[in-house]
Order: sequence, then structure tokens, then C-alpha cells
Amino acid sequence: MSSASSTPTEGTGPTEGTAPTEGTGPAGTPVPVVDDVPLADTAPLDRAAGGTRRRRRGPRIWLAALPLIAFTGLCFGLPLGALLYGAVTRTDPDTGATALTGEHLSRSLQGPYLGSLVGSVQLSAVTALIASVLGVLIAQAVVTSRSQALRNAVLTASGVLANFGGVPLAFAFIATLGISGVVTRLGDLTSLGWNLYSFTGLAVVYLYFLVPLMVLVILPALDGLRPQWREAAQNAGAGSLRYWRHVALPVLAPSLLGGFVLLFGSAFAAHATAAALVGGSVPLVTLKIADALSGNVLVGQENVALALGLDMILIAGLVMAVYLPLQRRSARWLR
Amino acid sequence: MAAMTPSAREAAPKPDPDAAPAARPVGPRRRPRLWRGAVLGLGGAYFLVPLVASFVFTVHTPGQGVSFEAYTALLSADGFAESLALSLGLAAATIALALLLAVPALVAVRLGAPRLRPVVEVMCMLPLVVPPIALVTGISTVLRWGPEHLSRTPLYQTFLAVQNESFPVVLVLAYTVMALPFVYRSLDAGLRAVDVPTLVEAARSCGASRSYVMFRVVLPNLRSSLAGAAFLTLALVLGEFTIASLLGFRPFAVWIVSISGAHARMSVAVSLLSLIITWLLLLALSRAGTAPTSTPGGARAPRTSRTSPKES
Repeated sequence: MSSASSTPTEGTGPTEGTAPTEGTGPAGTPVPVVDDVPLADTAPLDRAAGGTRRRRRGPRIWLAALPLIAFTGLCFGLPLGALLYGAVTRTDPDTGATALTGEHLSRSLQGPYLGSLVGSVQLSAVTALIASVLGVLIAQAVVTSRSQALRNAVLTASGVLANFGGVPLAFAFIATLGISGVVTRLGDLTSLGWNLYSFTGLAVVYLYFLVPLMVLVILPALDGLRPQWREAAQNAGAGSLRYWRHVALPVLAPSLLGGFVLLFGSAFAAHATAAALVGGSVPLVTLKIADALSGNVLVGQENVALALGLDMILIAGLVMAVYLPLQRRSARWLR
Repeated sequence: MAAMTPSAREAAPKPDPDAAPAARPVGPRRRPRLWRGAVLGLGGAYFLVPLVASFVFTVHTPGQGVSFEAYTALLSADGFAESLALSLGLAAATIALALLLAVPALVAVRLGAPRLRPVVEVMCMLPLVVPPIALVTGISTVLRWGPEHLSRTPLYQTFLAVQNESFPVVLVLAYTVMALPFVYRSLDAGLRAVDVPTLVEAARSCGASRSYVMFRVVLPNLRSSLAGAAFLTLALVLGEFTIASLLGFRPFAVWIVSISGAHARMSVAVSLLSLIITWLLLLALSRAGTAPTSTPGGARAPRTSRTSPKES
């Protein structure tokens, strides 16, 4: 309550001109609340002493956020603008004139480029789904075990492994399950048809950083499931299955979906692992962009790379548009 | 039926009551123990096998026995020291820049400009929507403008300086953009845990100067989230491959890939080492982040609570 009552005074403080009258208003009215009794007699004093200072502090404090806004505007907005501009315009090499065109975008949605987009979406969806299930199982095992040591170990390991994407991960798997990998030789996996440099192989590698990520995301949510809910369900005669179906899963649903979407996003954006692992044998949009950018395909493909980048941003943006409201909703439930 | 099963299950294993904590019935706990063991065992195996196998791969050559050459040859390997130094330098610069930008902005938003909060939040979270590979296409487009359009202007020098081979500032800028969401989340969580306006008002009314408030009151309270933000940024920069390789620079991750053709064993050894280094850094930072705040925090907490009653 005290924080709730201090926020309005903070909020109205820096508003221009009317600060003194506005400030005493909200601070004076909620006096009946117990918490505010000490505040109520300090508030006028504070205002009298620091009213003018505070009004002056308003704009100056606003300035502290300016470098960040300017920086993102320049270092993020500029490349993004260039990407957008390049994706929808075409420059005539002879005349130098630029014209608006949908050609690059439509080319990025055809043939091999469309195949790579679909491949990326498929791989991300499959790995995110499997990783969500496995992550929930592991997190639930940790939560129900109540061993603090196990919990700390799993959380630390997840924190490290979730960041263990990229190049080192690819090499660890090449050494393990690659053609001359240790496990491949021990288990003679090649004769069983195992190939690390394929869709399945890539999925197995992706799970290595997606599962820990899911554990990190879902563990707080599972902690938020109160034992009282389970007891209440049991008292009402529900079995374990019913409890999960009607109580736990509905409460967890936003977190689960949010986690899935987050995993999808990070699998979708992953490039380094795939680049170091499969080169070009699995069609992925990130690899196609890298190829087009470094001129490996054809000269003049840069604009298609930009258009593909735009496609990726649109898909990732869609994913985030689902994720953020879900996260807010689950945060409301699992306090 | 559904009402019968749990009660029957509950009744059966009651003889061993000390296995069950007070809140939980015994029956449903016994089966979970089985699947819990299976899940944790399988999960542990999946996560441990690649690490162990990588280690075996680096030290054991079939037919030749065990040798640690991959590790001993590392230090003298061509480009190892330079690329690692470059990556660490980039990481330090990125951490400094990201924190310098984000901390004042977030504290300001807490203190006096709540209307800016959505703007700052969107600014910090937007880079999440743009995958690094898309960001680098944009960056390389912008960098190409330099020679194409600006070669006669003084701005061109800036373009060249930013792409300096020995310390590519453009990478610092790009990494800072990529790190902002993580830094924002970490700092926001930290700021949420302390009542910054009250702390600042208390310190100010005791006569503390503005910089004193920032460095001795606000920042120490944020120590663990600052450490978390720094760690995430460090891990991000050390492992970053996409942007650096496509812009043609050669920090650590790019170097690992470039030697993998000729020295497969060494590249795996370096990968393992980088994981271990990350792990150690995480442990060190989490200790540095939590331990000092918990010990002097005990001393600091009474101090702040002493100042706030004085104010009232």
C-alpha cells in the first residue's frame, strides 16, 4: 500500500506547473489508510521544502534517459531503416535512380528462399515443442524433489547451458555425434542411419540450449503452483490427472505458451550453431541470408537478403506480440 | 470413482509417515519418485554425455592413446591470444557502454519520468524482435553507404574508424544493441526489488549530494542485478559469431571456426574451455553479486531505515 500511495505523488510531482497543488491533493486524500499517516504529515513539509527543487528535477531527470534513446535510435534504428529501405526499393545500376518495388519481398517468398523459411519455422516449432515438454518435466522433477542442492545445481547448470549456444556447442556435438565422434564410434550409430548434419541432428543439438532455457522460464511458474490448490483439488476428490487437467495446466498455460514462444524465437534466430554444424545441407533462412550477404550465391542478392531479414523480423515480431501479453498474464497469476 | 482412487491410494502406504512431508499425501509422492529419477537421470545423461565425449575426443586418438596436446598447443596456436584478447576487450567495452546507457535511463524512469517508461521499455526490448542475422544485414548496408555516398565528407573517416580492424567499434555498438534486452530485464528486476524513490528521497533529505546518492545508495542496492547484466553481456559477446563473421572480423568464436578445418581437436578443446570459463565466471559473478550485498546489505538496511524515520 505504501508503494502504491507513493507512486501517485511521484507521478504527479514532475508534472509541469501544478506540482504543489496536485502533490498535496493525492497525498492528503488517502489519509484514512494506516500506512499513510506518517506520510501525510511529512508530505506538506516535503513539498514546502523541496517543491521547487522537485519541479526543476523533472526535466533534468528526463535527460538521463536521453543517451539510451539516442543510442538505440542511431545504432538500432539506422540499420533497421536501411534494412527496410533496401528490402522495398531497387536501385537502377545505370541511372542510379531508386524505385519502390515488391520484387525482393516476393522473391524472398519463392523457391529455395521460401523453402528455407519453411524449414526454419518447422525446425523451430519442433524443437521448441519438444524442449517445452522436456523442460517442464525436468523443472517439475526439481520442484517436487525439494532438495535445495539439486535445485541450485540445476538452476546454475541451466543458466550456463542456456547461454552455451553457438559455435562451441556445435563443436561439442561434432566431437560427440559427428562422423568420427566418440559416441558415434562407440555405438556404431552410422550403421543405424544416424547423421548429425541433418534436420534431426540439428534438432538434437538445438535441444541442448532450448531445454535449459525452458527450465529457467518455467521453474518460477511451477513454484507458483500453491500446494493448497492441489490439496483443495484432492479434497474435492480429484485425482492427480484431474488436478493437472483442470487446475495446474490452466494456471500454467500462459507461462507454458510464453515459454514455447520464447524457445521458438531463439531457435528461429539461431545462426552460429547451424553455420558451424551443417554448413548448407539443411535449408535454414539464417544460412540463406548469410550466404546471400557474403556473396556466395550470386552478385546482387543483397536485397533479397534484406527482404529475408525483413521476413524474419516479421515472424519474430509476431512471436513477441504473442509472448509479451502472455508473460504479463502469467505474472499476474503467479505472484 | 475419481473420488475413490486417491483415498484408497492414500490409505495404502501410510505406514511410512516420515517419508512424507506434512502437506502431501504419501501415495502420489511415491510414484513421482520413480519418474523423477528417470527424468533427472536421462536429462543429466543428455547434458553430460556431450561434455564428457568432447573431452575424450580431445585427449584420446584412436590407435594412438591419450595425449593432452590439443590443450598444450593451444597457447602457442596462431591467433588464439589475439582473438581472445579482442573478444575480452569487446566484452568489456560492451558491458561498460550498455550499463552506462541503461542504468541512468532506468533509474531516471523510476525516479521522475514514469511517462518515459514505455518508451524505454520498447527501446530496450525491440532488439529481441530482430535476430542478429537481420541486424547484421542492416548494419552491412549502412556500412556500405560509407564508400558509396560519403567518401568526400568528414563522416567517411568515422566510418573507417568504426571498422578499425584492431578494435572494431561497430561490433561494440551492435553487441550493445543485442545486450540491451538482457541488461534491461536484469536491471528492471533489481530496481523493482528496491524502493528507489524512497531511498533517494531519504538520502537527499539527509544532505547527500546527487552523485553520492547514485554511487553510494542506488548502485550498491543494484549490485547483483548489475553483475547479472554484466555476466549475460559477457557470455553474449564471447560466444557471438554471426555479426563478427559476416562483417569480416575475427574475435574468438570466429577464430574457433576458422581453425576447425585444420585442427579439429583443438577447436573442440577451445569450445570446452570456453564453457568452463563461462561457468567459472557465472559462479564468480553470482558470488560477487550476492555475497557483498548480503553482508554489508545487513548493515546498509538499518542505515536506510534509520534515515527514513528521520525524514518523517
